[in-house]
Amino acid sequence: MAERMGFFTDTSICIGCKACEVACKEWNDVPDDGFVFRATSYDNTGALGADTWRHVAFIEQDGRWLMSSDVCKHCTHAACLDVCPTGALFRTEFDTVVVQSDVCNGCGYCVPACPYGVIDRRERDGRAWKCTLCYDRLRGGLEPACAKACPTDSIRFGPLDELRARAAERVERLHADGVTEARLYGESPDNGVGGTGAFFLLLDEPETYGLPPDPVVTTRDLPAMWRWAGGAALALAAGVAACFLRRT
Amino acid sequence: MPKRRDEMVPDAGFRSYYGQPVIKAPVWHEPHMPVYLYLGGMSGAASMIAAMARVTGHDRLALAARMAAAAGAGVGSVFLITELGRPERFLNMLRLFKPSSPMSVGSWTLAAHGGLTAIGAASAVTGVLPAIGDAATAASAVTGPVMAAYTAVLLADTAVPAWHEAMRELPFLFTGSALASAGAALMLTTPRTAAGPARAVAVAGAAAETAAGMLMARRLGLAGEPYRLGRAGRLMRASRMLTLGGGLLATMAGRSRALTALSGLAITAGALCTRFGVLEAGRASAADPKYTVVPQRRRVAAGDLASVPGRCRPATKP
Ligand code: SF4
Repeated sequence: MAERMGFFTDTSICIGCKACEVACKEWNDVPDDGFVFRATSYDNTGALGADTWRHVAFIEQDGRWLMSSDVCKHCTHAACLDVCPTGALFRTEFDTVVVQSDVCNGCGYCVPACPYGVIDRRERDGRAWKCTLCYDRLRGGLEPACAKACPTDSIRFGPLDELRARAAERVERLHADGVTEARLYGESPDNGVGGTGAFFLLLDEPETYGLPPDPVVTTRDLPAMWRWAGGAALALAAGVAACFLRRT
Repeated sequence: MPKRRDEMVPDAGFRSYYGQPVIKAPVWHEPHMPVYLYLGGMSGAASMIAAMARVTGHDRLALAARMAAAAGAGVGSVFLITELGRPERFLNMLRLFKPSSPMSVGSWTLAAHGGLTAIGAASAVTGVLPAIGDAATAASAVTGPVMAAYTAVLLADTAVPAWHEAMRELPFLFTGSALASAGAALMLTTPRTAAGPARAVAVAGAAAETAAGMLMARRLGLAGEPYRLGRAGRLMRASRMLTLGGGLLATMAGRSRALTALSGLAITAGALCTRFGVLEAGRASAADPKYTVVPQRRRVAAGDLASVPGRCRPATKP
């Protein structure tokens, strides 16, 4: 198996040019997601979805402007993959999470399962879509389209271990320069999804960027859920039996 | 001691990206998904009733229960398949058996249950191969309770706070509702003199559904708020009244046809309201970032971060 590959998105140097959004759309042939003026900021794609695989968030604050290019996190413990009943979602040799669109039957279960609200069903063709970390480009030895197009290298692509080391250095630098609010998001293998393959350097709380502050892979609790359901199923059987035995 | 202002309004200060949702709302359609949840539950409980009725010699009730179980599973499957984004690929559900996916477990359960109940009903109607029909009905007493309970896991195994946090109560709400639904359907389709056990099941189910619903509302706190507000709140309150009223009527429904009809229809409507209400609460819970952010922020503030202990890195699948 190849090394685990990922993204490190350093939002402190994002300039909000949306080159990543455009490059992603072109390479992956992602359909139009509307040209909507949202009247919030310069964001016109709004959120990640079936037709938006990179999303640049714009947050206007007092005295500064935060910009961040969001993407599928390619979780170590990926809820979307766990709950997919057809096996359309699978883990690649690069340890990324990809939907096989020729297998997906559009059951929609991955959509509410993702703790980051990434994957979505495209109602026009009935299937689930999301970032593939440019699986085809990776297989051809190329870096993903968004990272290639990013003019400031805010989006870095590489082996996850290297990215983690570089990110730790970058945070240290920023802290030394007085940017004490710089923090990494998602890089820790000890978090609720076992660490993400795409992680971020943020300059504010995650929820400000529309990211969950402490996400959990829902299937962590699946054994407990089945135990409670098993109890309820037995109670149902016992209840029916009791109703008959009382009467005969 | 007077509370500080920020303690009195605990979630006033949560932050978000322009109030947009953090997670995606379930894309499942109405009426497909909630009607399937109702029919699947009804079919599951009915098959259990069919098996018990056969063993205890309630043959008229057993026949009706076999029919209800088969019809519920059959029609329910149609609703489930038309819910898919690509219905023509529904057989991909049986491409593999995947224990980590409640939808996969459910599809196999539905396939087995649908087959068994169809055999049971066909044999009962035609009188052909009675031994095989009886065996199929007995086996559907195993798949039936699973049918009634798995849908709770299906919903709880998502990032939707109103569903995930209800992982303990939802199974009892759903099996209670399934019992009530099956009892009601059989009250309506069996002569009154033969429907005694069906009325008892309806009463027990209505009581269980009500108790589980009340417990859920009390225990969930912030995550339970969507069950009380807006359209979901109205549906859940309607469900509570219809189920309670129908259940009380069922205790005396043996006396007249009118009472039987009133009780059976009220319970059925209540069970449907429960399923529509739970789906709607899930949507509302996903749409407001408050329900996702506030509890997670509290964990962060308490230094009690989530982790996934004891789980290895998943293996790569070709
Ligand atoms: S972020 Fe969501 S869509 Fe991406 S791998 Fe994790 S669970 Fe799947």
